[in-house]
Amino acid sequence: MENLEDNYKTSPKEADIFDARLERRAFLQYAGAGAAVVALVAAGCKKDRGVYTDFGATLDFKDDTGVLNYAYALEQLEAAFYIKVASAPPSGFTQAQKNYFQDVQYHEIAHREFFKKALGTAAIGNLDVDFSSIDFTSASSVLGAAKTFEDLGVAAYNGAGARLKTPANLVIAGQIVSVEARHAAWVRDQITPGSFADLTSLTGLGASNAGGLDGALSPDKVLAAAKPFIKTKINVINL
Amino acid sequence: MNIVNILEEIEKVDGEIYERLNPRRQAMKDFFNVGKKISLAAMPLALGAMFNKAYGQTTLPTAVVEVLNFALSLEYLEYHYYNHALLGTDVTFTYPGASRTAITVIRDHEKAHVDLLKGALGASARAEITYAMTDFTVGGAFPVYSSYPTFLAVAQGFEDTGVRAYKGQAGALMVSPGILQIALQIHSVEARHAAHIRQMRSTPEGGSVAVKPWVSLGAAGQANDSGVAALDPVYAGEDSTTQATISIPPLTGAPTANDGQKKAAVESFDEILVKAKVVEIANLFLRTGFKL
Repeated sequence: MENLEDNYKTSPKEADIFDARLERRAFLQYAGAGAAVVALVAAGCKKDRGVYTDFGATLDFKDDTGVLNYAYALEQLEAAFYIKVASAPPSGFTQAQKNYFQDVQYHEIAHREFFKKALGTAAIGNLDVDFSSIDFTSASSVLGAAKTFEDLGVAAYNGAGARLKTPANLVIAGQIVSVEARHAAWVRDQITPGSFADLTSLTGLGASNAGGLDGALSPDKVLAAAKPFIKTKINVINL
Repeated sequence: MNIVNILEEIEKVDGEIYERLNPRRQAMKDFFNVGKKISLAAMPLALGAMFNKAYGQTTLPTAVVEVLNFALSLEYLEYHYYNHALLGTDVTFTYPGASRTAITVIRDHEKAHVDLLKGALGASARAEITYAMTDFTVGGAFPVYSSYPTFLAVAQGFEDTGVRAYKGQAGALMVSPGILQIALQIHSVEARHAAHIRQMRSTPEGGSVAVKPWVSLGAAGQANDSGVAALDPVYAGEDSTTQATISIPPLTGAPTANDGQKKAAVESFDEILVKAKVVEIANLFLRTGFKL
């Protein structure tokens, strides 16, 4: 509870930041300058990822298409990761782990392809991924990355669901997020048995153990967390 | 518990959350100051009460109240099922390994959900369901408290039903974005529970049942993958391979032999279950006079 108090007790400096945030939001709203978000996110990213030569992908959150493209982007990232793992699993994997990583690979491909087909011509392009931080020969590195992707994916869907305006799209998001949560639980149990729903460890993703609530993060926070794994520049507007 | 974060998230979808919570932003400070004095265990109740204040019964749409009360009924059932398994004097099986800890984690989450929903509903909350109103053995058909594998099989049924039930009601909560998000956050926790219970069943003590953490196709190609025919209603329709008119197969890389394509498609998407069907399942475990 001390943390709660600390979080709330905003010093004058923090209060300024809060006000600035509102101004930024208003600015974005009126100027529609999504580039500013990218600049801010980039400013908060310590590692220099270099200059990208592609034109990037734009996620316009003004309607469901933007939200679905956001999901499509995350599924592309997950699918690419699992395809790489399944094609050459770490030698430390058990047979059961190899089998299930193969399963998860199919699930993520299914999600990716579903969004691609559902979005049709409105779909963003293929994203370039960067998995240089993952050691694909190490079981623990791969499991750790899988945990990151799955927990983040769950928080992403949970945090974006209420943005959807069409009930059918919300149903689809719900149908996918529970599968992601099953993945997350299984991967977590591979790392630390019994940690399938350790909500305390997910506090940073918006979870609450006391409320029995899973993570939920807004798209800007999710994309900032996913940024190290995505080479393609993602522009966010109307968030 | 990162309540500031939760409020911030809700603010994204409901810009007026702070005003709803209290017309004066300053008053939020009062809440957090009070929060400091409330024990951690009491937080869900306090949080629920706060949401109730925000979206309270004076403004909570009838449809939302109905969904939340429906969810509350299911959470009561789940809570009592696990709580009795942990504390009941008539429980004769022993918990292997770390299973008691896992069931305790799940029980605690279900209790938190009960408190949260009760708080959110306030005076509109349904009457409490007590353990005495339940019969988890379904007239003796399921020896859930004398057979550990049976206990886990029914637990799997509860969790997978819960996942399907929340999903089925999400649309009705769209009018209250803040509450919808909370429901989604409960929904994925139930899915995590389901995945773990399924893994517990695959252990020798759990019966070495061939179930995956995700809902797959049954051994004979049927929708029910639990290996328990009595759970058929829980999995009715889970064998769908078409989502929003889009066929999930063909899936690149997935095997074509042994229903490989269909299995992958079925596993990739969990299905909703409409309220009436969930009620039928829940009523199996409620004594006459207390059915939904």
